[in-house]
Amino acid sequence: MLAMNYRGPYRVRADHKPDPVIEHPGDAIVRVTRACICGSDLHLYHGMVPDTRVGHTFGHEFIGVVEDIGSDVHKLKVGDRVLVPFNVFCGSCFFCQHELYGNCHNTNAQASAVGGIYGYSHTAGGYDGGQAEFVRVPMADVGPMVIPDDIHDDDAVLLTDALPTGYQAAEMGDIQEGDTVVVFGAGPVGIFAAKSAWLMGAGRVIVVDEVEYRLEFVKRYAQCEVINFREINDMAAHIKKITDGMGADVCIDAVGAEAGGDVAQTITGRYMKMQAGSATVLHWCINSVRKGGNVSIVGVYGPTFNAVPIGNALNKGLTLRMNQASVRRHLPRLIEHIRAGHINPKEIITHRIPLEEVSDAYHIFSSKLDECIKTVLIPPSAREVRAVSASAKP
Amino acid sequence: MESNRDNPIERQDHQDHVHRHDGDGHVHQHPLQGDFTSHPPRPGREQLSHIQGWGVDLDRKNRPGVPMERTPPRFINQHEGKLPQQPENVEVLVSCERSGITPVFGTVQPPQGVSGALRRLAFKWSESDMRHWLLLLLADRVNVVEGIGDDLASGKVPNVLGEMGIKAEWQYNKAGLAKKALVAGAVVGTAVYLMRRRDR
Repeated sequence: MLAMNYRGPYRVRADHKPDPVIEHPGDAIVRVTRACICGSDLHLYHGMVPDTRVGHTFGHEFIGVVEDIGSDVHKLKVGDRVLVPFNVFCGSCFFCQHELYGNCHNTNAQASAVGGIYGYSHTAGGYDGGQAEFVRVPMADVGPMVIPDDIHDDDAVLLTDALPTGYQAAEMGDIQEGDTVVVFGAGPVGIFAAKSAWLMGAGRVIVVDEVEYRLEFVKRYAQCEVINFREINDMAAHIKKITDGMGADVCIDAVGAEAGGDVAQTITGRYMKMQAGSATVLHWCINSVRKGGNVSIVGVYGPTFNAVPIGNALNKGLTLRMNQASVRRHLPRLIEHIRAGHINPKEIITHRIPLEEVSDAYHIFSSKLDECIKTVLIPPSAREVRAVSASAKP
Repeated sequence: MESNRDNPIERQDHQDHVHRHDGDGHVHQHPLQGDFTSHPPRPGREQLSHIQGWGVDLDRKNRPGVPMERTPPRFINQHEGKLPQQPENVEVLVSCERSGITPVFGTVQPPQGVSGALRRLAFKWSESDMRHWLLLLLADRVNVVEGIGDDLASGKVPNVLGEMGIKAEWQYNKAGLAKKALVAGAVVGTAVYLMRRRDR
């Protein structure tokens, strides 16, 4: 089969690899019809995540058609059109029983702090991802969801991670009516977090980024205010200035380990790897939120340490919540929102690129070229869905 | 960019600290009680009615994460009985924080070569020990070199620039590409010049 193949930092290509096989009676093999590149994939692409092995296939946002099932799969059948949450989870362990599917204890032998994630290094379990023609899907009766007929494929693929993660980011902020919410990061997750903040009754939503076209997009899509942090000297002081001296009620980190905006953090975190990536946005969140406010973190950080102003968080009496999204928990409600027209996820897709051009797709997304917001890769075996090249966006 | 330009609520900026001189020398004066209001203004629902879907999850009970931890779970098909154990057909490194291997695990790139030896060593320490992660990062870098060796050994010369997306760079960022080429040329040129000078 054709699959994305990681060769080292900033180097990926499309290669032929052996087809995946059933390795456990609960497995299914899914023929991929769409796979996104996620902002979190860029942390792998940039070599930030330990135990990312050469030959790995990324891709934790994908949908497809069930091609084969193991002997212990009873609720899915060959031919089902499924969306696959990015978490690999068992449904049986203590954490799954508490709907913490991102924290499953039975699917990642190689670490205890994180559950299994498709195509997200061996630290996240060593599963190949969906940027391929076929993918092994463990615990197939538990994770995948049959896509309702009235849900478009492009909406479905965004339900595997980006939308639920953005929604959970807002939910963890415990937003109340009239709250001022600041979202750091105008990537897909930040865009959906901003949109979700309105659904939860925010009074004011402000999105911070450095890329003008992304700010223009989120301003239009999520009807929010925007700030380009390159035009601001001191983020915390500025947020307080525009919030009556109080600070925001809720700050959301939708950036994670590769934040720009602070020279020292960039050098020590992104370049020298002396900490688990730049914690600039965490600093901004903790220092920009009001006393007693909430900070919600969904941007991905590495497993080692970061220099974080925890003393300020203590003195301000903040509530910090964070997690990988428990995607399955959010799907029923988000499907209702799509049906009701409260949110239209597929509008953020700007690029549909054939899997064969994966090197260019990663570079376009990583370097923010061609006004890219969200890229969908289409494998050759799904070509009935006509792929268009990057230069011919819809 | 003025961030609060579109906001329906008018906000008063902080007054600046006044600093002037008089006959007695410096005079400093801050605005009185100018810090913040005890009741910050909130937009009314009518001001937010143009936002599609505003407030549909305002009631916390409508949010999927309420309560924060829910048992029994609502939305999954639970496996009945004990999970079958996946057979170990390849070497899988297991966190020493666990009592045994998980019922299900990934097998896609087993450890091999020098990077594999480094990874095995890393797994002697737990995830709370920096040595674990630093060795894995080192192994990742070694693995990249091994990957180039594997490519060459199989008769494939890796197209490094192509893998880095030079086609897209050429298509969408010609100025950036030219700048990178100039910088790279200058670095290589300087290095060659210095080496030749040392040889003399």
